[in-house]
Amino acid sequence: MLTIAVSKGRIFEEALPLLAEAGIQPTDDPKTSRKLILDTTRDDVKLVIIRATDVPTFVEYGAADLGIAGKDVLLEHGAESLYEPLDLKIAGCRLMTATHKDKPEISGRVRVATKYVKTARLYFASKGIQAEIIKLYGSMELAPLVGLADCIVDLVDTGNTLKANGLEPRELITEISSRLVVNKAAMKMKHQAIQTLINQFEITLAKR
Amino acid sequence: MLQRNPWLLPDGFEEILPVDARRLEQLRARLLKVFSCWGYELVIPPMIDFLQTLLIGAGHDLDLQTFKLTDQVSGELLGIRADMTPQVARIDAHHLSGDRPNRLSYVGTVLHSVGDPLEKTRSPMQIGAELYGHQGIESDIEIIQLMLEILAVSGLQEVHLDLGHVSIYRELAKFAELSERQETQLFDVLQRKARPELAQIVTNYSCKQEVKELFLKLPELNGGIDILSKAKDCLAIAGDKVQKSLFELQQIAEKLVVNYPLLPISFDMAELRGYRYHTGVVFSAFVPTVGKEVARGGRYDNIGSVFGRARAATGFSSDLKLLSSLSQNMCPDEQQEKIFAPALDDPELTEFIKELRAEGNIVIQQLLGQTADAKLMQCTKKIEKNGQFWQIASLTE
Repeated sequence: MLTIAVSKGRIFEEALPLLAEAGIQPTDDPKTSRKLILDTTRDDVKLVIIRATDVPTFVEYGAADLGIAGKDVLLEHGAESLYEPLDLKIAGCRLMTATHKDKPEISGRVRVATKYVKTARLYFASKGIQAEIIKLYGSMELAPLVGLADCIVDLVDTGNTLKANGLEPRELITEISSRLVVNKAAMKMKHQAIQTLINQFEITLAKR
Repeated sequence: MLQRNPWLLPDGFEEILPVDARRLEQLRARLLKVFSCWGYELVIPPMIDFLQTLLIGAGHDLDLQTFKLTDQVSGELLGIRADMTPQVARIDAHHLSGDRPNRLSYVGTVLHSVGDPLEKTRSPMQIGAELYGHQGIESDIEIIQLMLEILAVSGLQEVHLDLGHVSIYRELAKFAELSERQETQLFDVLQRKARPELAQIVTNYSCKQEVKELFLKLPELNGGIDILSKAKDCLAIAGDKVQKSLFELQQIAEKLVVNYPLLPISFDMAELRGYRYHTGVVFSAFVPTVGKEVARGGRYDNIGSVFGRARAATGFSSDLKLLSSLSQNMCPDEQQEKIFAPALDDPELTEFIKELRAEGNIVIQQLLGQTADAKLMQCTKKIEKNGQFWQIASLTE
């Protein structure tokens, strides 16, 4: 039995075709179903639907054998207790700094609003900038507008939300895409099943 | 500031209550008995030691894990042990002379300043065994078998063994002439088997393309016994030392298969836990329902050289608390019946209680003025006078 942890929304939508190629199709639609554990067309595979930020935690503890998680979540969580063998190249976007389009280049101590506290701290430290991090859970774009922060660190996809609020992306921190993560114990104890799945994903990805 | 609840314990520390404590203590005794039957003599190193001693041969991780304090007598920095292995290595190197294999075992609480990311505990009870003075797969096999025995006696089922060899990675890094920084980065990426990142960092290496290919193959070299022959082919250009390591793994596996035909064994050429400190074969044991290894160990030759004697060494350790909690469902609770004695100052009664206790019975004597009766004291029997003599009777409703 393999359990795969996936988060609802974009990652789930874009992971479906990959899973389908490996013969895994959920028998319920998570949009309409309230079930948190979904059966699939494969008897030996179940999906658990959880919040994106919880995926590494579930997989780390072995509550799920595998998971699909954004690189942003893995960077923030710290993923040394997981294997991340594959870049699934889905749900792609960029982790960037952004600020008011008229604001000059950052210098000296900077105040940063983000939900990626750890990643932002490491990034600014690597640039030799001392940053004061303010943890926010959403509507990051608001922070520079109301003077809460000098800049934000957030995922940028089309950049439309930024533009609509008079902000512009500045520096690229890293490209983000979803990774396949694997529990370390499961990788050893269920090696055959997991390796087969990884190979299937790889074949599908190579075709793209 | 809010008033802290006085019963609250610091994060990662716990109280072990009577039922669990009894179970843990029984398990401890059983496991020490196993060590003793295999010839591994118990040693008790101190809780606190010079920091330098505790960090011998260890990496930055153990330094972070060690609680520190200053010794007012010597002015030196002391550490509360986070791992007992270096202390046991010192005992072998310094106190036990003679050119013979030494077998030592130990059990005790160690403290971690940062809790384990999964178990959360900061006070595991480390239990382990070390074999010094023999360099060869025979001692590795003996230690692995002892670890399996310990897990079996602890009542763990469906144990899975994973084998690796740190000199494979070490030789490859040497072969490719990596700088320390490159090596640290590579180590981190390999620990996560993050192949996309691996491909990225390897492109920057100055070594030949065929050597880069070796690193790219490493995270794929894990699985069943067939992976060994694949590794032999893949890593052929890396030299004799790598081939020798692979051969060692194969010999160990072949021997174990004979003695444990049902044991699932996997191999992982990129498994580097404890890499800074290990020098050869490394192994870990897994069980279903636990997301990380339940016991692990490996070879760490020559750690004792700073204590005056370079010695071949291999050993394993586990957490007794973890073992006890995992075996909970499978060990029958050997709770003994308790006998209730009345609060009377009668020499014959006192003599009777003394005899019962000497035979190993649990006798709880009522205290004068105590209202809690036999039942409330969780006794199932009581002592009462039948005519002239004191005797044991069942509790009646």
